[in-house]
Amino acid sequence: MAPTVVVIGGGATGTGTARDLAMRGFDVTLLERGNLTHGTTGRTHGHLHSGGRYAVSDQESAVDCIEENRILRDIAPHCIEDTGGLFVQLEGDSDEYFREKLDGCAECGIPTDVISGEEARRQEPYLTEKTKRAIRVPDGALDPFRLAVANAADAIEHGARVETHAEVVDLLTDESDVTGVRFRRQGPNYLGEGSEGDVETIEADHVVSAAGAWAGQVAAMADVDVAMAISKGAMVVTNVRQIDTVINRCLPKDEGDTIIPHETTVLLGANDEPVDDPDDYPEEQWEVDMMIDVASEMVPIVENARMIRAYWGVRPLYDPNPGETEDTGDVTRNYFILDHEERDGVAGFTSVVGGKLTTYREMAESVTDHVCDRFGVDEPCRTHEEPLPGSRDQSILEEYMDRFDLRSPVAKRSVQRLGDRAPEVLGSEDPNPVVCECEAVTRAEVRDAIEDVGPDLNAVRLRTRASMGNCQGGFCTHRLGAEVYHDHEASTARDAVDELYQERWKGQRHTLWGRQLSQAMLNHMLHATTMNHDADPGLRGDTVDFAAFDAGRKTDAATDGGSTNGD
Amino acid sequence: MAIESDVLVVGGGLAGVTSAIAAAREGADVRLLAHKKSTLRQASGLIDGLGYVPPRTPQQEHADYISQQRQDFRDVRGERGDYRGPLQTPYEGIDALPDAHPYSILGADALRDGLALFDDLVGDTYLGSHTERNALVPTFGGAVKPTARYPRAVAAGLASDERPMLLVGFRSLTEFDAGMVADQLSAAGVLFDVRGVEVPFAESFPTDTKITRFVKAFDHDERIEGTPARRALAEAVEAYVDDAERVGFPAVLGDDNAAAVRADLGDCLGADVFEIPMGPPSIPGLRLEDRLFEALDAEGVRLETGVPAVGYESAGGTVESVIVDRMGSDVPYAADAVVLATGGLVGKGLDSDRDGIREPVFGCHVPHPEDRYDWFVDDAFGDQPYARFGVRPDASMRPLDADGEPAFANLFAAGAVVGGADAAREKSASGVSLATGVVAGRNAAIASRERTERAGASP
Repeated sequence: MAPTVVVIGGGATGTGTARDLAMRGFDVTLLERGNLTHGTTGRTHGHLHSGGRYAVSDQESAVDCIEENRILRDIAPHCIEDTGGLFVQLEGDSDEYFREKLDGCAECGIPTDVISGEEARRQEPYLTEKTKRAIRVPDGALDPFRLAVANAADAIEHGARVETHAEVVDLLTDESDVTGVRFRRQGPNYLGEGSEGDVETIEADHVVSAAGAWAGQVAAMADVDVAMAISKGAMVVTNVRQIDTVINRCLPKDEGDTIIPHETTVLLGANDEPVDDPDDYPEEQWEVDMMIDVASEMVPIVENARMIRAYWGVRPLYDPNPGETEDTGDVTRNYFILDHEERDGVAGFTSVVGGKLTTYREMAESVTDHVCDRFGVDEPCRTHEEPLPGSRDQSILEEYMDRFDLRSPVAKRSVQRLGDRAPEVLGSEDPNPVVCECEAVTRAEVRDAIEDVGPDLNAVRLRTRASMGNCQGGFCTHRLGAEVYHDHEASTARDAVDELYQERWKGQRHTLWGRQLSQAMLNHMLHATTMNHDADPGLRGDTVDFAAFDAGRKTDAATDGGSTNGD
Repeated sequence: MAIESDVLVVGGGLAGVTSAIAAAREGADVRLLAHKKSTLRQASGLIDGLGYVPPRTPQQEHADYISQQRQDFRDVRGERGDYRGPLQTPYEGIDALPDAHPYSILGADALRDGLALFDDLVGDTYLGSHTERNALVPTFGGAVKPTARYPRAVAAGLASDERPMLLVGFRSLTEFDAGMVADQLSAAGVLFDVRGVEVPFAESFPTDTKITRFVKAFDHDERIEGTPARRALAEAVEAYVDDAERVGFPAVLGDDNAAAVRADLGDCLGADVFEIPMGPPSIPGLRLEDRLFEALDAEGVRLETGVPAVGYESAGGTVESVIVDRMGSDVPYAADAVVLATGGLVGKGLDSDRDGIREPVFGCHVPHPEDRYDWFVDDAFGDQPYARFGVRPDASMRPLDADGEPAFANLFAAGAVVGGADAAREKSASGVSLATGVVAGRNAAIASRERTERAGASP
């Protein structure tokens, strides 16, 4: 019988690890406390690193990045937008560092190309006139949601079980060795199984913690000390895509100096500030201001752009030599496999910590190799050559644009999102109207996502991007609710609407000025005034004395048809 | 020759039109400037007076910082506090409103006067004036909401009417699902049977056809795949009517010929037909805009559209003219008195950046917390300070400066540019526009008359 392994964490690393283990024949269960990508993966900058960023300071990470960058382009092209990247040197920026960056890239095998300021501005016209030179690198934009979902889907294809909304509350131990996990359901899983509050245990031959920033908390359940050096980073989202290339500043100190185009938006970020608790840390105004100010130095038009929201993520950094580094910016982006048997005398338990979204697959491979070694499994890794679901055939793009009678940009974008799942999802005779106009997400996509993840509109959002545009759900939250109603009770759909609306508000609060404040007021008027969602008697359980209100005049209805101008 | 008028109204929404007509009825020569499309197309077309007195959150209870910690939306909902309401009449809650609320400043009579003027302007196209009681109208979000006046098209849908109801949605329109709205109305405890059905209609139209395209098809009873639009819809619905005595549709049933569309559908279905107002573009809002612009014309108000006000000239604490951008050049419009009715955050009568909130035309004082993280609270539907931003008026609707003195002797404000109301949660937006509009318009006419008299008395 195949050894059983529990993987804790449904981010890129956890889903990647589950996939790799399942492909190599293990009996795998993945546990994620929220929906997939609930932790750091859902809150990254979405930067497909070339490695250029670390080519001077952290070459080991840089080499990993460029290798994985190439692999991801092969196995997950539908999760990548090949924007290319620039490291820009502005007037006054160090020539010496520019040289170091070039040399560092060469040493790490990162292809570069130096272009003049003029050429850089031909490529990106909104770059500041102060652009002196730039280094071209193979950076890109990586969609972490599609990536994690594709990994999880493939893990399931290979026999893994994936439990979402399942929070690990304890590690089962025998003496000190780990023998399984106890988890508590936060709600039904994506298949609708189980309910909130259920506590279940799973016996396992091995437990892998891929809990990222939460790895310290998981390890503590087995009395193992894993001192994470986690840090937060703020990212600010603009409503237009002023640039089509990843722009980095070519400076040694690099907080908040990366601008990444994603779909219709641009993400500014991120700073690097140590925090203690990955679930409770302040989101501060100065961070938002800093992201805008630093980005505006490179692309001045950004300052006047409409900012639609801000969000924060926590880096799962691990410092192998605590005390030697002064700030989290200097902590290595490398990853570590912590063999707790060897390290702490606790068998049956391994943590994978540190690393980057770009290197998730390699992390998964390493920890899987480690587990294989434990169990004497001699199966080679194939995740670097087996494409992820949805990536296999890009040519179907064009074909399905015509077939599904969608406006072409819509069709193009939904088929891009869906990859080779497009025919299965879009192949219905029923009308397929757009539900989210900002992001051009159609009903078929929304319903497909609901089928997979249940009535959790935040999970639907992560899969489809619905509600992630300009209006931040103002015009589509209720429409998404109507799609939930297609398969669920009205009360469930109504709750889903409230949950998404409140979640969208969280991020908007940070960018509440100018046009986004106008948008917030318009959303408020639509949902509170026009729908009365704030005081909805059906939701608040109020008893309304209907007879005490105007019931109309009987004669009015009768004479209605007689008037030709009445409306 | 300079452009002159007794009263110049800046803003073409409900408040602007109300104040212009109130001033004209006082005998003033009135000109109204509208920059662009008014916010009526974003409003439901219902005329809310006051539906709730919502709970307030004292500033000191705001969190010190925004935490990343996630709060369950059910807890957020549960902590929202108690609303007073739905109020049976708009007047019964006015005493409970905060002092800075326009209704508190102006008194209940201003709302009565505003509604009376509105009733007069719209004639029998709106109902509700036969009683002081609010009506409860089903919303496209599945709730009911209290409102003071409602378009005739909405009348048969009132929630206090106990006749069985059928709601109909079009499969290709995503704005709501009729079944979901029906289930939610039942959950709200309505006393009638209500069912919802989604029907295929006009699916030969391209996917994502604009709402206005449906409106036009009904207005002209266009043939859709050979069948006139109204009959085509009736045929799609009739099998579901059963014992329903009234049938509700999304508010797309025609514009100029809306009553005939409803009458034709009603005849075919053997039931009263009504509409449920929806989000932008709101057809009932656009119909109201047409009606109001006709009224301006009938009252002799000159209307100029497409001309934004960009500044002003003043002398001795009195506004002499408003500078208007006409095709790129600045043109002064002289007036004895001016009404500022440029709207709130949505209508761009209030502008903001990372550092603060401004009233851009006259630079009127807009009180607001210095720290922009004090402009909001964590519950999206909580007591949002931003929702109450606007100029602070005196009892004659003159905006006050930071010291509490009128900014100008002859400048009046009306509508959403006036702060102090929590219009969205109170369901008071239209009522505030009407009450402030009537008072501002009248006082502008009086100020103009007094200025003329003073000018005549001096040599």
